[in-house]
Amino acid sequence: MTHDNTRRLLLGATLGAASAPLWAAVDHTGGDPLGSMQWPGLRKQYLGDAPMRFSSAVVVSGPVFADDAMNVPLLVDARGLGNTGGGVARIQVVVDRNPVREVLTFEPLKALPMLAFRIRLEQASPVRALVQTRDGAWHVGSTWVQAAGGGCTVPGATRADGSWSRTLNQVQARFFNNVLEGSRRLRVRVMHPMDTGLVAGIPAFYIEQLQLVDGAGAPWWRLALHEPVSENPLITFELPPQNGNGFRLLGRDNNGNRIDAEVGA
Amino acid sequence: MRGLLLCMVAVFTSAAMAQARPDLARLDYDLRPRPIAERTWVIEGAVEDFSRANGCNIINTAFIATGAGVVVVNTGPSRAYGEQQRRAIERITREPVVRVLSLNLHPDYFFGNQAWADRPTQALAGSIGGMQAEGRAYADNLYRLCGDWMKGTESTPSRDVVEPGVLQIGSHKLELRRLSGHTSDDLVLIDHTTGVLFAGGLVFADRVPTTPHADFDAWQASLAKLSQWIEDDRIRQVLPSHGPLHSGVGGLDQTRDWLRWLTAHMRESAERGLDLSEVLRLPVPERFKAWAAQPAELHRSITQWYPRYEQQVLGGPATRR
Repeated sequence: MTHDNTRRLLLGATLGAASAPLWAAVDHTGGDPLGSMQWPGLRKQYLGDAPMRFSSAVVVSGPVFADDAMNVPLLVDARGLGNTGGGVARIQVVVDRNPVREVLTFEPLKALPMLAFRIRLEQASPVRALVQTRDGAWHVGSTWVQAAGGGCTVPGATRADGSWSRTLNQVQARFFNNVLEGSRRLRVRVMHPMDTGLVAGIPAFYIEQLQLVDGAGAPWWRLALHEPVSENPLITFELPPQNGNGFRLLGRDNNGNRIDAEVGA
Repeated sequence: MRGLLLCMVAVFTSAAMAQARPDLARLDYDLRPRPIAERTWVIEGAVEDFSRANGCNIINTAFIATGAGVVVVNTGPSRAYGEQQRRAIERITREPVVRVLSLNLHPDYFFGNQAWADRPTQALAGSIGGMQAEGRAYADNLYRLCGDWMKGTESTPSRDVVEPGVLQIGSHKLELRRLSGHTSDDLVLIDHTTGVLFAGGLVFADRVPTTPHADFDAWQASLAKLSQWIEDDRIRQVLPSHGPLHSGVGGLDQTRDWLRWLTAHMRESAERGLDLSEVLRLPVPERFKAWAAQPAELHRSITQWYPRYEQQVLGGPATRR
């Protein structure tokens, strides 16, 4: 939609009641329930021409207001798609108005299709979970998060005080039983500055990949991360209750530093 | 009984609200000093969260005309507030202002200081350090929240360090005491002549306490001391910085109850393995639901403090391969 077109439509709308319905019918947001003008471009970029629908089966929970723009807690829950299109293949989280829009892509594999984590938010924005089921279709859930912003363009605490290098890629992990009935929760924290590259003089430095593997080397979930994931990411997964043995958390950051730590049962 | 209490609280709050009608067009806070004891007035702020509608005036300021000069307690959220506070005081007494006290480092305790540039502005040493360190960030935040009300305001920390001790000024025996927990330096003013205790940010009444600089254990210890003082010093009225003037330990007990609940709530939630986003959605107990600034202030507290509880239960670093 060019500015000329917009102006013509605005003119049309002011000319009389007859053209008002025409104006009302024009939707610049591609049917986005949150009314964001960024959505059509976002859809094109990440979903191309693949079939998609907005779905209440994908729940994105954020705070009404981001009190800490460097640590905005999000919870994505796509369990409602368990019986749709063969189940969930991947969950991709994007933020319309962040300077870096991609947050992460989660492949649940053996885990439940839900995830809690924190992000940096540069300004108030819709937050999306684009969920692809195994049949290739996309299901989109969204929420608005209000924010004073600035979360992407200031250094994190461990970057500011220089302590990050002493703890880089250290892992803390703990299981919790029955937070959700019949499920086993794993909370993982990896020490990493997760620099966005948007602070002068500090290049992007962030964890790119994480996965949980069992003693036989089989992956239980995979996660691709991007710059907006908060410093020292704390991520919460839901695993099936049966015991796996010899769990390890594997991964690497964009500088090639490896993450490899035992995750005790 | 609780219903009756709620009713009384509601009546009190609406009476206070009926007094001040801030006018954004004229940037007029409509400050109305109300006498609360001999030669002592309070200027009540809204028992709410910061908003443009209330002019971000959510603090109680006060003054005592001692006979040998006026002592001012807190200077409000902006330059305009300080100026209007000064005019309001001058309408009531011709005594000169001899001391301007800020009870802690938070912006609504000292952002009116610009209007008192020719008077001794005073606070505890730690408060002054904090004002100097954080003043600019406070200003950014308040300009964003309050807009035009902040026009011309620049963070102006108190100049003089005040020490705890007894001051005889005119006909009033005043005592300054230092506590901590709401911030690292919480100044408490006791007027032994009138039995009014100016509790600052240690006591909140009918309003969710703010916790950006809290030390929860120190705060509880300070509340225990305050409770003792209220009894020992025959305190007749307690003026919190946020919430209505009251007698006895009502506000103090509310604050204790809240801090006890909040810290236990965060500790237990972390032990259960809940994520921050889940804790933000848990309901608050019925007895807290009607308080002002709910749930925004609760959410601020949880967002700031819950991650520490989460990290504690995760334990030490895992063995690396």
